[in-house]
Amino acid sequence: MTHRFNGLQKLALALGFVSLSTAAFAQKSSADSIAEYRAMLQDGNPADLFEAKGEDLWKQKRGPKNASLEQCDLGKGPGVVKGAWVELPRYFPDTRRVQDVESRLLTCMQDLQGFNAEDIAKTPFGKGEQNNVTAIATWISAESKGMKFNLSQSHLEERKMYEAGKRLFFMRGGSHDFACATCHSQDDKRIRLQDLPNLTKNPGAGNGFGAWPAYRVSNGQMWGMQLRLNDCYRQQRFPFPLFASDATIALGVYMGVNGQGGEAIAPAIKR
Amino acid sequence: MNRTYTLGLIAIAASLLSACTTSLPSKADLDQFTQDIVARSFRAEGQAKLDRLSPDEDNRLCAESEQTGVALDAKVAEAIEARNMATIKPPSDGKFLGDWKEGEKIAQSGAGKTWTDKEGSVNGGNCYNCHQISKEELSYGTLGPSLYHYGKLRGVTNPDSAESKPIVEYTWGKIQNARAYNACSNMPRFAHKGILTETQIKNVMALLLDPASPVNK
Repeated sequence: MTHRFNGLQKLALALGFVSLSTAAFAQKSSADSIAEYRAMLQDGNPADLFEAKGEDLWKQKRGPKNASLEQCDLGKGPGVVKGAWVELPRYFPDTRRVQDVESRLLTCMQDLQGFNAEDIAKTPFGKGEQNNVTAIATWISAESKGMKFNLSQSHLEERKMYEAGKRLFFMRGGSHDFACATCHSQDDKRIRLQDLPNLTKNPGAGNGFGAWPAYRVSNGQMWGMQLRLNDCYRQQRFPFPLFASDATIALGVYMGVNGQGGEAIAPAIKR
Repeated sequence: MNRTYTLGLIAIAASLLSACTTSLPSKADLDQFTQDIVARSFRAEGQAKLDRLSPDEDNRLCAESEQTGVALDAKVAEAIEARNMATIKPPSDGKFLGDWKEGEKIAQSGAGKTWTDKEGSVNGGNCYNCHQISKEELSYGTLGPSLYHYGKLRGVTNPDSAESKPIVEYTWGKIQNARAYNACSNMPRFAHKGILTETQIKNVMALLLDPASPVNK
């Protein structure tokens, strides 16, 4: 606990630092300074708190069926959590769908605990059970920390979803004609001072995809990949992508397969 | 026993074979598969309506080329540029430049057109997100080329002069609709898509071309 308080204190200091000296940051080489500032935060990542909450929620008997999620099959068999996240999204025979961690959690929460998956999917981010899905996903990702991405492409549906993800990634639309590719298909580019990972190949794909769920310092929130993609689409001026929709999952397959072999660093800490 | 064993082996071999030979659907089928996914994966929110998912022909062609890595046929690219060129309108009062100070505010702002922006609110140009512009603003993106000294480097000392006319007109057109000059430019089509008003574009023009603008100092 002492350790955590120290971390949060450092976080508060770092936040003050950022707001006071944006100009100094820029002059120094933004990337270096941001890396430095992130390193400073590493041992005090508030994602730890969400991780602990997620583990509790996994084991806790909840929902109309008063059951835990301990029998949830994340792809490696019921209850196997370690190493599951670096193989997601993958095809699940029971739902006959390719699913990412968040959509799979909806399935388990419905089947095992009796929650209504559709209701949770419609719940706004940061509210009710959505918060729990984020926390559980955070813990699941942490259980694969340091492992390498190893998504299956052996099932036809997995390969089709990669192809769909690629098409979605390059799809231009909205009022500004933006695609994911507009910002994320070149090396060493940035928006303002923010470095943009090239998500079409490694190391960008592994680094970018492998960082979420992440704690967002700028708004003090824990974001899963679903919310990360949702905010990308918002900024792309697209309509609202439905939670756990096939479009978001296909993009996950595209990024994850492009990031094959990259190291999972989630839950990360972001600006 | 032997027979069961053989049959079992045949079954395993058959399933392996079918797994290996299950090939991807055709390109057209995958395009359709993707379109079906798009159709069921989004909902309208605020001003971001579902019609934003229907690409116009220019976007469809550019996305296809970028996704496959196959360059657009020169004739197709020319046709895209010609279509977009046709959307460019000269300033209604003949004046190309407005107020660079206002232009700087527009260049700074990334607001507008998202589902969290109020419909009809003032849009920004997002310029600094991708371009270096004035020397003072250190927080700039690099997706587009630097525009620092834009007018100065092009020898614009008097934007109203006859010798400045080609660059002034080109810049006007580029901001109105960048795809008139580069079929698959990543730059938004500010006039064509109703992102910036004519007055706002004039102000951005001044930021880039007015000799008094910090961009040209």
